[in-house]
Amino acid sequence: MNDLAIELKGVSKRYPYFALDNIHLEVPRGQIMGLIGPNGAGKSTTIRILLGLVRQERGEVRVLGHRMPSEQVAAKWDIGFASDDMGLYEGMTLAWHMNFVRSIYPNWDAPYAQLLLKRFGLRAEQKIKGLSHGQRVKSTLLLVLARRPRLLVLDEPTTGLDPVARHEVLRELTAVMTDEGRSVLFSSHNTQDVEQISDRITFIDRGRIIDSLDKEAYLDRWRRLRLELLPGAVLPFLPGIIGIRQEGRLAVATANAFAADMANAYESAGVRVKSVEAMTLEEIFVANVERSREEVEV
Amino acid sequence: MGNAFVISQSDKRPIYLQIMEQIRQRVAVGDWTEGQAIPSIRQLAVDLQVSVITVKRAYLELERDGVIVTQQGRGSRVASNPGLGMRLQQQELEEHLEQALRLADMLGIRHKDLEARLRETGERRMEKEGEQV
Repeated sequence: MNDLAIELKGVSKRYPYFALDNIHLEVPRGQIMGLIGPNGAGKSTTIRILLGLVRQERGEVRVLGHRMPSEQVAAKWDIGFASDDMGLYEGMTLAWHMNFVRSIYPNWDAPYAQLLLKRFGLRAEQKIKGLSHGQRVKSTLLLVLARRPRLLVLDEPTTGLDPVARHEVLRELTAVMTDEGRSVLFSSHNTQDVEQISDRITFIDRGRIIDSLDKEAYLDRWRRLRLELLPGAVLPFLPGIIGIRQEGRLAVATANAFAADMANAYESAGVRVKSVEAMTLEEIFVANVERSREEVEV
Repeated sequence: MGNAFVISQSDKRPIYLQIMEQIRQRVAVGDWTEGQAIPSIRQLAVDLQVSVITVKRAYLELERDGVIVTQQGRGSRVASNPGLGMRLQQQELEEHLEQALRLADMLGIRHKDLEARLRETGERRMEKEGEQV
C-alpha cells in the first residue's frame, strides 16, 4: 500500500473537440484535493477516468491501490462518487434509496444517515420527483456520505446550493478528515469553497494541468505588488512577474513566483514597492486562465 | 466548550494568519495557559471547517514563534514560557506599528512626520485625561 489515494500518470484521452493531455495527478491519503478550472477544462473527464467510467487512451490510473479501469469493480466498494446528474428514481422516496444503498454497501452508517437527514433538512418519506435541485444534490450526497467510503469523489458538490446548505456540505466534507485514512477529491467553480477546505489544489485548463500543489504553498506564490515609478524610471522585467498594468507613474504587478528580493530589484530600478498583497484563489484563478489563454494565442 | 474561533471571509489576511492571531489572543488574555493541551491540528481543522494543511501551517509558525510546542503523537500544548502573554502583546504592538508605517508610506507621509503625529496623539490623550481628573 502506498500513501496515495489517487495516482494518475501520463493520462491522455482524445475527443473530437477536446483532449486531456498527459495528466499527472496525485492525491495523498488523508487529504482534501480541490480540482478547479473553467468550464470544459477537463475536470469531469478526469474524474470519470479515475473512476473507471471512461477508459484512458494512454497512461496509468491507480485508485486506492487498484488499477483503473480494469479493477474498478473491486475499487468501487471504497469509492463514493456523487455528481449533479446521478440517477435517482423519480417515483421512489429518499427512504427507498437509503434502503437500497444500505442493502448493497455493508458499511452503511444508519445513525449517521439520520443525522445527515436532519442537518440537510431532508425528509426521507418524500419522493424524488417533488425535490428541488438543491434537495436532490443533498440527497445524493447523503447517500454517498453515509456509506463512509475511504475515498469521496464529488463533482461540483456545492453548485446550486443555498448558503446554509453549502455550509452544511462543507462541514460534512471537513468532518471526513477526522479520520486520517480517508480522502476527498472534489471539483468546484466556487473558489472560496476550494480555498477554505482543500489541502491541495489542482488547476486544469484546456485539458492540461497548470498547477498541482499544496494549497498554502500555492497561495504563497501569488502576490499583487503596487508600484510607484520614480520620475524617469522604467519598469524592469523580473522573472516571476506574469502581468503588469501601468498607468502613468503607478503600476500593479502580479507575481506567480513571488520572492522577497523582488522588492530590492524594483527599488534599485527606481521603482518603489508601495504594498505587497496576498491574492484570493478567485483572483489567482482569473489571472491564471487569462495568462494560459494568452500563451495559447501567441 | 463553546468554540469562539471565527474565520472571517472579509478579512483580507490568509486563513492561517487569522488562526494564529486567535490562538495568540487566547494565550495573551490567559484563557489558554502555559502547558495546557490545545486542540489537535485535525480537530481544529474540522471545527473551523478549514483544511488540515492550513491549521498545520498556523501551528508550525506558532511553534517557530515559541507560542506552542507540538510533540509527535502527543499533540500540541501552549509553550511553558514565562512572560509569554506579555511577549505576545509586544508582538501585537509591533504589528500595529508596522501597519501604521505601511499606511503612512501609502499616504506619502514621511517617517519623521509620523513620529511627530504619534507624539501629538499621546499629548492629546494626556490633556484629555487631565481634564477628567
